[in-house]
Amino acid sequence: MDRSLQTEVERICKACGSDRTRMMDIVRAVQEKYSQVSDDAINLIAKSVKCNRVEVESVVTFYAFLSKQPKGKIVIRVCNDIVDKMSGLDRVAQAFKRELGIDFGQTTPDGITLEYTPCIGMCDQAPAAMVNDEVITYLSSDKVKELIDDLRKHYDPAKLKHRLGDGNNANELVHSSVHNGVRKKGRVIFADYKQEAGLRNAFAISPVEVINEVKNARLRGRGGAGFPTGMKWQFTRAAEGDKKYILCNADEGEPGTFKDRVILTERADMLFEGMTIGGYAIGAETGILYLRGEYAYLQKLLEKILTDRRSKNLLGKDILGKKGFNFDITIKMGAGAYICGEETSLISSCEGLRGDPKTRPPFPAQKGYLGHPTAVNNVETLCCVARIMEMGAAWFAEIGSKGSPSTKLLSISGDCRLPGVYEFPFGIKVSDLLKEVGADDTQAVLVGGPSGQIIGPNEFHRTICYDDLATGGAVVIFGQERNMVEIARDYMEFFVEESCGYCTPCRVGNVLLKKYLDKILDGKGEPQDLDMLKSLGESIKVTSRCGLGQTSPNPVLTTLKNFRGVYEKKVKKYADGLQPTFDIKKALADAEAIANRKSEIYV
Amino acid sequence: MSNEITFSIDGTIVKGKPGQTIMQAADEAGIYIPRLCYLPELTPHGSCRVCTVIVNGKPQTACTQPITEGMIVENDTPELKEHRRNLVDMMFIEGNHFCMFCERSGNCELQAMAYRLGILAPKFPFFFPDKAVDSSHKDIFLDLNRCILCGRCVNASNDIDKKGAFGFVGRGIHKKIAVNSEKNLKDTNMAVTDKAASVCPVGTINKKGTAFATPYGQRMYDEKPIGSDIEAKNK
Repeated sequence: MDRSLQTEVERICKACGSDRTRMMDIVRAVQEKYSQVSDDAINLIAKSVKCNRVEVESVVTFYAFLSKQPKGKIVIRVCNDIVDKMSGLDRVAQAFKRELGIDFGQTTPDGITLEYTPCIGMCDQAPAAMVNDEVITYLSSDKVKELIDDLRKHYDPAKLKHRLGDGNNANELVHSSVHNGVRKKGRVIFADYKQEAGLRNAFAISPVEVINEVKNARLRGRGGAGFPTGMKWQFTRAAEGDKKYILCNADEGEPGTFKDRVILTERADMLFEGMTIGGYAIGAETGILYLRGEYAYLQKLLEKILTDRRSKNLLGKDILGKKGFNFDITIKMGAGAYICGEETSLISSCEGLRGDPKTRPPFPAQKGYLGHPTAVNNVETLCCVARIMEMGAAWFAEIGSKGSPSTKLLSISGDCRLPGVYEFPFGIKVSDLLKEVGADDTQAVLVGGPSGQIIGPNEFHRTICYDDLATGGAVVIFGQERNMVEIARDYMEFFVEESCGYCTPCRVGNVLLKKYLDKILDGKGEPQDLDMLKSLGESIKVTSRCGLGQTSPNPVLTTLKNFRGVYEKKVKKYADGLQPTFDIKKALADAEAIANRKSEIYV
Repeated sequence: MSNEITFSIDGTIVKGKPGQTIMQAADEAGIYIPRLCYLPELTPHGSCRVCTVIVNGKPQTACTQPITEGMIVENDTPELKEHRRNLVDMMFIEGNHFCMFCERSGNCELQAMAYRLGILAPKFPFFFPDKAVDSSHKDIFLDLNRCILCGRCVNASNDIDKKGAFGFVGRGIHKKIAVNSEKNLKDTNMAVTDKAASVCPVGTINKKGTAFATPYGQRMYDEKPIGSDIEAKNK
């Protein structure tokens, strides 16, 4: 074994306290240093943190940004989300292949790997790609040529020349081409606010009163599931255990959502204030921000803001003179796994495990991070908390619709003139939304991302709120020219890629759904395939273990329901009763090769 | 506090003890809930999903869901039977199963479950994946073609044998069982006497030299369907 590898891996493990729960930090560091986590490295890590090697291997093989096989020093990950496809991904992909002289999945002799990656949270500035941690937006074939020429001059993604984005994107710690794209500021998240006023108000009352205030504001989780935040905190506070944790879910991976990205860029203080209030309310001393690997370009900025907060005594011991309230926040990084947005998978990942969801019950409020009572809240939810404590529950509850108080950030992309982030009061009609974002000739709208619903014009009178069209924030608009079956198939491809594989229906069923859609798009579909899609989709939804499988058939089921005509046009009954997908000549090819003669019957 | 919890399964009143799962209470009451990954002596894995039941209107796995007073459980309904058939179908087409040649035939829980649910041939297209056979160990061979990822071997080796000889690697459809060594089972400390060697519900973990010791016709599920032992308690 390479001595230098041994020294370096041991150093990395030691720097992480040889702590099994910091496995993600360890394997990420090894990957960064060696462009792989080899078998030798796996053995060394296992020895250092005292676990079985297969446990390390199980983590390395789970996350898309980690690899046992060597990759280039530079990895270019081109986002292949549907919106990128709609924005000219094809030409951009061709340009990458041409300029690098390789295909996707390959590495150039000078160490540049080209890959596809699912939604990186840049749908309003697609097509986009990541060059290691650097995000490059608005790609075109010309821009790809410039990018590769530039990269080959210095082989340092941090030195790539590009125009800086607005706001904190231009901060030297971020130095990114991403722009915020805030199109509409509402009264809660993007309005002016008085920093730390909420925190001070919280300290003036008891933790139970803080929870009551959040309950009175009727705040519901902004991640999509909409669970009442006050109730979640009440359960966590009441649960037995001396250590408690508050986790912020900054793993927005739902294709088409990018609103948390903007909050993390421009409103991190508000978020950390919300987390601190949450820590006070539930009785936690530690907060963890779980940041998706795709947003690693924001890590330095966020770390800096945390350091500043520590120096201002907004974190640490006896915060703002509140005797006995000690609280600090650490950042844990993801490594490319959509499933980690599911709260129990997120906890698994924070614990240094593969991102498998956990069995419920017990719920995180009872047994979460490392078995301790844990509240997991979305980025936007925690910002709402800071505003509730600043302005009061009544102020907050008065905005929005009756059943769904306050505002919601929506990430709008697809076929419209003004994609970006909008803060609307709850209760807005889809048709009004379409007008505002400049979408004229709309065939379909995806509300809530692929795990939500795809609706047609006859449902554009419906409203965005918890009681009608619930959403974590993704809205994707499809014009008349889009093929809805193809879109359903592409979203299934995403879920196939992102299923953790723990349970049968999600692991296998999603692959089957995609196969049937491929068959239909291939012109070989039969009418009974549509019934099969429905039956299979229902089984996956009913029997899956976590939210991913419980919603992954939605793109198929909702297009099948709302755009049935499109499907029916593509299937036909075969008069001979034979399987149109069975190619007898192809099936005979191997046998013919062995026999060294052609079939006499099937010529 | 009462030491008994009363609830119903398909309208039948069942009495269980606090802390029990639906599966445990049902088993004691002689009501069979179909299952594949569950084994009473192991921590429930909840991955095959065959034991999905409807609890107060919501789907839950019977092997992991604790019983509560007055809960209404649906188990033997046409809808659930259809979902279970789809799940078992999926397990067949995901791997390469060859019941007629498999030494586990007649003792295989997957095969027996298919028969119990009335499956004669899967309706979904086969995936025909390329999966490895590991015969390096002197007493045991592993054939991942027949693995249904139930996790019994992982849990048995971790929790009972305290060896951690198995783990899951990969994700999604590429998820598979791996051994705790760079290559083969022979490089682990697994022994044929380990619990992990005898928990496999299908023909993936096999003890060498034991095949066909019991002739066809006298095997576990040759005469009575899987679950009959539990249902017999109710007769």
